[in-house]
Amino acid sequence: MSDLRTPLKNALGLGSAKQGAHHFLVQRTTAVALALLVPWVVWLVLEALHLDYAGAHALVAQPLNAVLLLAFVVAVFWHAQLGLQVVIEDYVHTKGTQVVLQILVKFLCFLGAAASALAVIRIALGR
Amino acid sequence: MPATARPLSPHLSIYRWQIQMVSSILHRATGIALAAGTILLVAVLLALASGPEAFAKMQAFCASWIGTVLLLGWTWSLAYHLLNGIRHLLQDLGWGYLPAQFVRNGWLVVAGSIVLTALVWTCVFAQRGAA
Repeated sequence: MSDLRTPLKNALGLGSAKQGAHHFLVQRTTAVALALLVPWVVWLVLEALHLDYAGAHALVAQPLNAVLLLAFVVAVFWHAQLGLQVVIEDYVHTKGTQVVLQILVKFLCFLGAAASALAVIRIALGR
Repeated sequence: MPATARPLSPHLSIYRWQIQMVSSILHRATGIALAAGTILLVAVLLALASGPEAFAKMQAFCASWIGTVLLLGWTWSLAYHLLNGIRHLLQDLGWGYLPAQFVRNGWLVVAGSIVLTALVWTCVFAQRGAA
């Protein structure tokens, strides 16, 4: 294969645009983030269960909890978008429908992340 | 669909069901379920940011039988997707590819997801009982 590459390409050691593995890598990176964050979120939810409104509000408002929740909602919607993208690529074979669905999923995931982030920030800063 | 019919590999219905395909299908199915279920998390956070009345409505919904069923399904989906996701990450590193390991890890993930779900809901019902 190296015969097909120019001497400059060999010297630089670069392949194509280096974007081929981007989806794979971001999906794995967000997966690692979520593997760490999910047990903590489950703990937070179980902790909030026996609290009333003021207690739950105060729990989420704690800086560490608010920051980790922000990280969680960004990672979860990013990961969801990447996963749903592959599902749509695999099962929707009509070009037009696929494009519309992909954009729709991206919009919804962004809205979900933005709404959650706004809620967490509003709680953290005190209404 | 292409204009000329070309031979295709057999689809799902032709194979005997085995843990390898079930764990793969479940990973995808739980992923889709979790993406939809995350709307509930957004709703709870927005309710908490809106005020006590909205939060009380969300609490009532989560405590209702339909809310409980949804949350139970969501917990298992999360437990399964988390454990199988960790399995996928380890496979990305090249571990667990021998057929025997692959089958064993598949069953480990299924059993682990049920244990985790039971653990979480023991905590939930203990707190509901205490409240």
